[in-house]
Amino acid sequence: MTLAAFFSGFMAWITEFSSKSSPVDFVLILSHWDIFLIGIKNTVLLVLVGLSFGAVIALPMAIARWKRVPFLAKAIGVFVYVFRGSPMLVQAYVFYYGLAQFEAVRNSFLWPVLREPWWCAAIAFAINSAAYQVEIFRGGLDSVPRGEIEATAAIGMSQGSALRHVILPSALRRCLPMIANESIFLLHGSAIASMLTITDVLGAGRKLNAQYYLAYEGFLAATVIYMALVFIITRILGWVERRTLKHLALQSMTTREQTQMI
Amino acid sequence: MMQNKANSPQLSGATLIARDIHKSFGSLEVLKGITVEAQKGEVISILGSSGSGKSTFLRCINFLETADSGYIEVNGTGVEVPVRDSGKASTQKILALRRNTGFVFQSFNLWSHMTVLQNLMEGPLHVLGLSSSEARDRARKLLQRVGLAEKEDAYPAFLSGGQQQRVAIARALAMEPAALLFDEPTSALDPELVGEVLRVMRGLAEEGRTMLVVTHEISFARDVSSRVVFLHKGQIEMQGKPAEVFRRGQSERFDQFLANTAH
Repeated sequence: MTLAAFFSGFMAWITEFSSKSSPVDFVLILSHWDIFLIGIKNTVLLVLVGLSFGAVIALPMAIARWKRVPFLAKAIGVFVYVFRGSPMLVQAYVFYYGLAQFEAVRNSFLWPVLREPWWCAAIAFAINSAAYQVEIFRGGLDSVPRGEIEATAAIGMSQGSALRHVILPSALRRCLPMIANESIFLLHGSAIASMLTITDVLGAGRKLNAQYYLAYEGFLAATVIYMALVFIITRILGWVERRTLKHLALQSMTTREQTQMI
Repeated sequence: MMQNKANSPQLSGATLIARDIHKSFGSLEVLKGITVEAQKGEVISILGSSGSGKSTFLRCINFLETADSGYIEVNGTGVEVPVRDSGKASTQKILALRRNTGFVFQSFNLWSHMTVLQNLMEGPLHVLGLSSSEARDRARKLLQRVGLAEKEDAYPAFLSGGQQQRVAIARALAMEPAALLFDEPTSALDPELVGEVLRVMRGLAEEGRTMLVVTHEISFARDVSSRVVFLHKGQIEMQGKPAEVFRRGQSERFDQFLANTAH
């Protein structure tokens, strides 16, 4: 059986199933794949921008907190508290609806960016995620054994060089499982984008529902897509973890396996 | 036996000088003015019961701990403590001094996320500025020398304690330091693994390396070292050639120490 034949057979079956026995109209969902594709594109881009910009902001802050830089560490603590202490939905509203109320913002060079719901969502995600990532990175830095840091000093490495070449590579590896979690949380949180008129995955589902006065087809499709995205994230990061955390493999082995390794 | 060197660092020509080192933790005075000088090729064992300050003394030499006062010089780079010159200059001096001083820790402190080879290449690459092929050649030679050539791709957690300590010694040697400091290198090891580490250290001593060894291994102190320093409560109680120091009846405290340590 050729692929084309298989496909047309499948379509015939699902059309039959949808119109006769199923309460869900699968054909309608499938025929609007293009909206969902836009939704996936927006969701994936927003999450990627949020995570990576968040990481860029978070890393220096985490280092300052880890080093307990006077004043700065405290100030960053307040930042973390504010952005973890309020819902991301509220933060997104503040960025999108709140800032526009100020004349100064509307006149500033940032207005072309802040006018766009997409960028407002991206900024809200980045800052919110940064607040969480600061604590993740700091935890990773704290978990690098003191002795390993002393060893960098003992061979005459400068502090900056030690951080770049030894401490951060070790700390970031240790953070990976938490970063995977944060990625999934941000993916789920990104559904907020649909509240700012963006066609993300949930937004696409809502569009479909609105267009045909449906109750749940759009949401059902969105749910399945979110689950698929989570599956992909966990797979990719799981692979990265297995590659980069080999050195910790012993900890998750039984004693018997350990003795065989050594 | 008792080496009575001239006081000025310029004249002594010693590879390593630690003069009149004082250090307190809070109100506890751990080091009450300790002076040790090591000529090139000398192996000095530092003995003492726990709390005598021997590890702190060693850590003060390469500034893992900053002494309250004293003078430290390794291979011509001298730093007066407390530091008087501007922050940057003294930082540079301390880094130079550390580069010249290999330090071997009791708990190995290998970088756990790097393979054995990467552990050995790290310093030469990022501190000495060697090319990666030079660093790799040097690392492989040293691994050969400590008998672990076949473990270059292993992560530290997959090695036994004795193997880890041999890697740590190789890592210190990779910097080609003028002096080696050993801080109880065999104390964290199972008894059957002590021998392999001591053998490597013995080899280094025979090669003419300048070494300061804080240890509980009496046999190493007696057989390998050229001088023994016995610390008691932050002061040098006795020092001299092993044959003389180990002749009993000179210091009650030392005899007591030996009685408690040697089984």
